[in-house]
Amino acid sequence: MIRKALLLLRGLPCRLAATEVAFVLARVFAAGLLGAAAASAAASDPVRIGSKNFNESYLLSEIAAQLLEQRGFTVERRFGLGGTLICYEALRNDEIDLYIEYSGTISQAILNLSLDAGLDQLRQSLAPFGLHLQEPLGFNNTYAMVVKRSVARRLGLTKIGDLAAHPELRVVVSHEFLERDDGWPGLALTYGLDPAVTGIEHGLAYQALDDGAIDVTDAYSTDGELVRYDLAVLEDDRAYFPDYLALPLVRADLPLDVQRALAPLAGRLDDGRMQALNAAVVFEGRTFADVAGAFLEKEGLAEGSYAGDVFWQDLARNTLQHLKLTSLALVGAVIAGVGLSLVVFRNRGLSQVLLYFCGLLQTIPSIALLALMIPLFGIGVLPAILALFLYSLLPILRNTITALTTLDPTLIRVALAMGMTNGQQLRWIYVPLALPSMLAGIRTAAVISIGTATLAAFIGAGGLGEPIVTGLALNNVGLILQGAVPAALLAITTELLFEGIERAVLPGHLRASL
Amino acid sequence: MTAVSQSSGQEQRPEEVCVEFCDVEKSFGGEQKILDGINLRLPAGTTTAVVGESGSGKTTLLQLVNAVLRPDAGEVRVFGQPIPQDDLVSFRRGIGYAVQGAGLFPHLSNRENVELLAKLAGWSASRREARYLQLLAMMGLDEEVSDRYPHTISGGQQQRVGLCRAFMLQPRLLLLDEPFSAVDPITRIGIYQTFSEVKAREGVSSLLVTHDMREAARLADYLVILARGRVLQEGTVGDIIAAPADDYVQMLVKEQL
Repeated sequence: MIRKALLLLRGLPCRLAATEVAFVLARVFAAGLLGAAAASAAASDPVRIGSKNFNESYLLSEIAAQLLEQRGFTVERRFGLGGTLICYEALRNDEIDLYIEYSGTISQAILNLSLDAGLDQLRQSLAPFGLHLQEPLGFNNTYAMVVKRSVARRLGLTKIGDLAAHPELRVVVSHEFLERDDGWPGLALTYGLDPAVTGIEHGLAYQALDDGAIDVTDAYSTDGELVRYDLAVLEDDRAYFPDYLALPLVRADLPLDVQRALAPLAGRLDDGRMQALNAAVVFEGRTFADVAGAFLEKEGLAEGSYAGDVFWQDLARNTLQHLKLTSLALVGAVIAGVGLSLVVFRNRGLSQVLLYFCGLLQTIPSIALLALMIPLFGIGVLPAILALFLYSLLPILRNTITALTTLDPTLIRVALAMGMTNGQQLRWIYVPLALPSMLAGIRTAAVISIGTATLAAFIGAGGLGEPIVTGLALNNVGLILQGAVPAALLAITTELLFEGIERAVLPGHLRASL
Repeated sequence: MTAVSQSSGQEQRPEEVCVEFCDVEKSFGGEQKILDGINLRLPAGTTTAVVGESGSGKTTLLQLVNAVLRPDAGEVRVFGQPIPQDDLVSFRRGIGYAVQGAGLFPHLSNRENVELLAKLAGWSASRREARYLQLLAMMGLDEEVSDRYPHTISGGQQQRVGLCRAFMLQPRLLLLDEPFSAVDPITRIGIYQTFSEVKAREGVSSLLVTHDMREAARLADYLVILARGRVLQEGTVGDIIAAPADDYVQMLVKEQL
């Protein structure tokens, strides 16, 4: 079970653990509703390509996308989906047509098969789900033991087995590798090495290796760092590490011409080439599109490399999408929140129940709520808007109901005694008097919604979260800021906008201070 | 049951009764009855003051008249008719209502406060304006207060605006729930004067509840002394001064008049 959980998270930043956990929960709760949204794609529909949210996955999906575009297909990029199971469920629910998966992940995390299951066995197991596994791209992104190339040359190290003859080498491995079933303990046993080694934070290991503070550590075999620090991968001559072959996982109903168009990618990318491409993105700061285009051109699979700087188009597109997500969610929440409040506020018990329920919703971590939406509504804009809608509901409901139930009872009695109908009391007394508080709640909801909407990128809804998610995957601060700064400006603008609205509609003495 | 015969010297037929309570009981769930066996016949065209301290049930009594509350037992009649079960809206629009502290809506200007119900009742803008200006003048208010919000004018002015609002729809009956008690004594004298003139000109019947015997004597033709949910004594001011029914009434007369 632990092994499975670790495999789930393999290669993902640990902040996504919540997504995976929530997703497993979501499956349990909503198993019966899976696949409800399935509908087969017509031939002329765009090919929807997903990717996980780490750099290699983005890059491979971008390569596939550009290859298909070169062949004249229309492509819809749904990149940066929050992890293995989100991608897989999106594929099964016909929200995407393909993404690049790893064989070990399929056998372990998805199908629960043993690690030595062959590709044929995987294909057989996937067929009942309407999924098909294409040929491997070539490289094997598994664990690897690495040393500095200079050290390897000096000591004549080429295989892991060679380490046994050099007990003086300082082996320091990542904490996770120390614990894993397919990690150091088994490796030491297989190759007759000292099982007692020290653990280190994976992020620090490369630098320590480069500085000569340690001699041997574990790595992913396609990490760009291997190129950057000029590291040698020791051959796993006893085949200890399981295979994590990258290969396109596609829906079986994907038109054959699309499937055939992807075929040239098979075997094109060996470990070294993948390392170089990863390094080009991570260390040279080039875009996925740029690196993918250059690769396809070099391979003779595309003419003319990827064109131009799309910074402003991206910014405009993401901002517009962000506004669309938040404003639709907010409009819905205002209508539902104010409407519900007006219906229930006279009933104290019902109001309490409603507020408790919305409070409960608020306690679900946003990434988990997004994940919970997937089995019900798939991925993309709809579930994102629904999640944002639910988050926006509480501040609006709470402020409105509180305001409506705490109005001066004398005014309410006067309104009644003067001969106002229920509707007139609402229109002329309750709503205008509760308006300042209502607006404050809507304002809070709007700002929360703008912040939370950055997470919508995890389920392929786009918006300003897209550069943030990509930036996080790449540890690229510039890219993160491309999403974070406009999002912050949007939040400030919203504050100012609401202040303007309050000035316009509320007499001075009823306005909240400021 | 002697209300009509004891009423002040205004000319009216005996059957003209504005408010009538028949064996009315009211409680709010507790053991204690807020009102216990109330029988009253209040003559039309006069001002009746219900005098009592807090907890005597006087505000409850008032709210039974415009059906903000309903009696547990007995019946309340207004101008000879039982209070309707539905269409309370038009019933209530026939009754003016003024409360302590004026109860003006803070989000509406003074003028909007006064005109709101007329607007909801479908009065034309010109009719509303004419009535509004008439009341403003009668109530001794400057037109300058019209567009201001209630919190920007003095307590006395607010009370006058509140009375304008109560008179706006030309009600036959006016209910006043201690409307003058939040105003300082000097200002109050002026408002008493104005109010007495306006209600005379409007020909309205009034039911006032107050804890202030002196205010009652100043404004009302007919007094009802209420204590612990029961009527201790009713009659003209003169009647009550001349023959207080018990020690409590005696004390009220002595202390406050």
